[in-house]
Amino acid sequence: MSERVIELDILRYDPEQDEAPHFQTYTVPYRDDWVVLDAINYVKDELDCTLSYRWSCHMAVCGSCGMIVNGEPVLACHAFLRDYPQKIRIEPLQNFPVERDLVVVMDDFMDKLSSVKPYLVAREEKDVDDGEYLQTPAELAQFKQYTACINCLLCYSACPQYALTESFVGPAALALAHRYNLDSRDVGRSVREDVVASNSGIWECSFVGACSEVCPKTVDPAAAIQQTKIASTGDYFLKFLMPWKRQ
Amino acid sequence: MQTIHTDIAIVGAGGAGLRAAIAVAEVDPTLKIALISKVYPMRSHTVAAEGGAAGVIKGNDSFDNHFHDTVAGGDWLCDQDAVDLFIHEAPRELTRIEHWGCPWSREPDGQVAVRPFGGMKVERTWYAADKTGFHLLHTLFQTSLKYPSIERFDEYFSTDLIVIDGRCHGVTAIEMRTGQVHLFRSKCVIIATGGAGRVFPFTTNGAIKTGDGMAMAYRAGVPLKDMEFVQYHPTGLPGTGILITEGSRGEGGILVNKDGYRYLQDYDLGPPDPWPRKKAMELGPRDRLSQAFWHEQKKGRTISTDYGDVVHLDLRQLGEAKINERLPMVRELSSSYIGVDPVYEPIPVRPVVHYTMGGIDTDVDAATSVEGLYAAGECACVSINGANRLGSNSLTELLVFGARAGRGAAKFAMCGVAETNDQQIQAAAQAAEDRILQLFRRTGGTESVSGLRRDMNDAMEAGAGIYRSEDTLQACTETLQQIRERYKDVLLTDKSNVFNTDLIGALELGSMIDVAAAMACSALQRKESRGSHQRLDHPERDDAAYLKHSLAHYSATGLPNIDYCGVMITRSQPAERVYGGAQE
Repeated sequence: MSERVIELDILRYDPEQDEAPHFQTYTVPYRDDWVVLDAINYVKDELDCTLSYRWSCHMAVCGSCGMIVNGEPVLACHAFLRDYPQKIRIEPLQNFPVERDLVVVMDDFMDKLSSVKPYLVAREEKDVDDGEYLQTPAELAQFKQYTACINCLLCYSACPQYALTESFVGPAALALAHRYNLDSRDVGRSVREDVVASNSGIWECSFVGACSEVCPKTVDPAAAIQQTKIASTGDYFLKFLMPWKRQ
Repeated sequence: MQTIHTDIAIVGAGGAGLRAAIAVAEVDPTLKIALISKVYPMRSHTVAAEGGAAGVIKGNDSFDNHFHDTVAGGDWLCDQDAVDLFIHEAPRELTRIEHWGCPWSREPDGQVAVRPFGGMKVERTWYAADKTGFHLLHTLFQTSLKYPSIERFDEYFSTDLIVIDGRCHGVTAIEMRTGQVHLFRSKCVIIATGGAGRVFPFTTNGAIKTGDGMAMAYRAGVPLKDMEFVQYHPTGLPGTGILITEGSRGEGGILVNKDGYRYLQDYDLGPPDPWPRKKAMELGPRDRLSQAFWHEQKKGRTISTDYGDVVHLDLRQLGEAKINERLPMVRELSSSYIGVDPVYEPIPVRPVVHYTMGGIDTDVDAATSVEGLYAAGECACVSINGANRLGSNSLTELLVFGARAGRGAAKFAMCGVAETNDQQIQAAAQAAEDRILQLFRRTGGTESVSGLRRDMNDAMEAGAGIYRSEDTLQACTETLQQIRERYKDVLLTDKSNVFNTDLIGALELGSMIDVAAAMACSALQRKESRGSHQRLDHPERDDAAYLKHSLAHYSATGLPNIDYCGVMITRSQPAERVYGGAQE
């Protein structure tokens, strides 16, 4: 009995040689326990060593191998061949410029991530010799979900608003800002607000929810953004009701 | 070639590199830092560490306990001055990460919680569920964004250190987006590039862990220390090698063979009950557990699968709620990748290459023998890990020694470095670029990168695995030397300057071949069994002859030269390692 094979249609693009991206088809063996990344690695090692893509951990935690597989943004290391038909179409993530083949330029994402000041602004400065800040499991649970983002960019690829408006800060960065805002040790919400609550921030989101649907870590950025909208609105009205109170 | 002037170049932006960068920025915010990595920081393999980070914090624990667990765990090959320094700085470093926002798991009263790990007398592993490395890395990366003096060079692949007259002046790197080679001209360089597990075929290590930094320092004249000590983690998923954390045994998981028998009791780790209990059975050290698997396999008591023999890690007695709270990633990984939900079924596992104890020879300040060159994290050998690293010491190590490297480099850069002939530096950088261009432009060639890599992997598994002997190691070193020759005829098909992973893969392979030879030759010379280095032909530890560190020195033409240096013993004389009932 001959071994079962599948076909991969992979989008290729080398800016030094190609005027436009084009598909190239590869035939690879099918294995029931293989993920799409295994099939791509087979191409790289056995068929065509010029194929470029990012990958490392092969366990869905490093966030390198986000790509579009049959139209959906997924982690290639967490998408099983058995869940796809005989022919699989593989493209780079949408909404980002293509650097080469399946590699996208992620400068814009990196800028946005740092723009929300994603680090703890401590409620009280404390020397390390005085020990940790106390935080109960319930306080941890408030924000834990939003710490799980692996920066894989799938949510930006799926986001219709980011596709329309490049300045939109976007799901992962806003969810990360929310994560710090919810942390009982943090008082940095006001310093994040100028980006988070700007025209390019939460108010740009039209709550389609595609980000949360594609998130491989169930971070639910859509919920983070809606919660931030509510908190921000509260701030806005408080400013009029209690002008003496610092934001 | 473009020259980028900076004060301190850091190669590698995982846990150790980020911690070093922040340390430099905190010592002196006017020092310019170039943080160079072949991947974006959050892709670094620190991300995959699961179980936790050790540091004494609870009243029932003591520095003495951490010291003795580490030294005995390392089979007395640790430098005890380094261990003392490490254990004392550990709690402060872990607390600092807490102050920076790391979401450590907590006790009901809000204090940081700890869990037991293998080889530990008292539980002292801080954890963030079973994604500790992930949270630690992201906390460090996000915190690093606060410091304007840290300039990142993401996706720059470092190739050569510029060393002239015993002093380091910078590093060359390929900008992967353009293919251009840049010289980072700096007062000093910190290497923080992680381990080299990818020299083996079956490993928990991500694709990026190819020992580039080790090889770079090695070629520049710094010896690689204790390279024969490679840790097999006892519980990896068959096929993929995905790590199932030791935390799962810390929480009460058991290992059974094909008869459902807790076989570790047959290897000086029992009796099995009461369970769980410290430093016994499944909470023995990693080397002993991986070796026990090997013996079970020889006895025909393991379970055969398509991906090699396995034993069963049974977590069912923990119950669904505890598994979800403490080990959510284990459940997810096992369910997705092998279709086994640990709430209902035992997880098939086998030993898997996990960690390189050896590395770039450094002192306790992370300094190497080359002036202005530092190394920290898994790529370095301080040495606190000796012949077998204690689980959960490595995340702490990258914080403690990453910070020390950063502070040491900052001090070095601040005290006015003497000028060096610029022409010499430019010439050295040009030579590095020429070497890359020569490889890049080569036509013809008969050897493929993937083919050579596979042969190297197979040679290491056959010759330098859990158990070794003169014959297997001799054959392994000979094969590696042939592979090194064949590498000269490697074929590079990809001629694009843009994100050329064919070229990067070839350079990584070159590094791995050098590192593999250092491992195999060091192992061949060490005619004793100690920790993770087990010789079938020399089954006993031999303190008279081998209570010393091996040092592998690079040779451009042949196999490395191996010599030795002393182990620092301060307050714990070598003794027998005792686990299980015998120690109670």
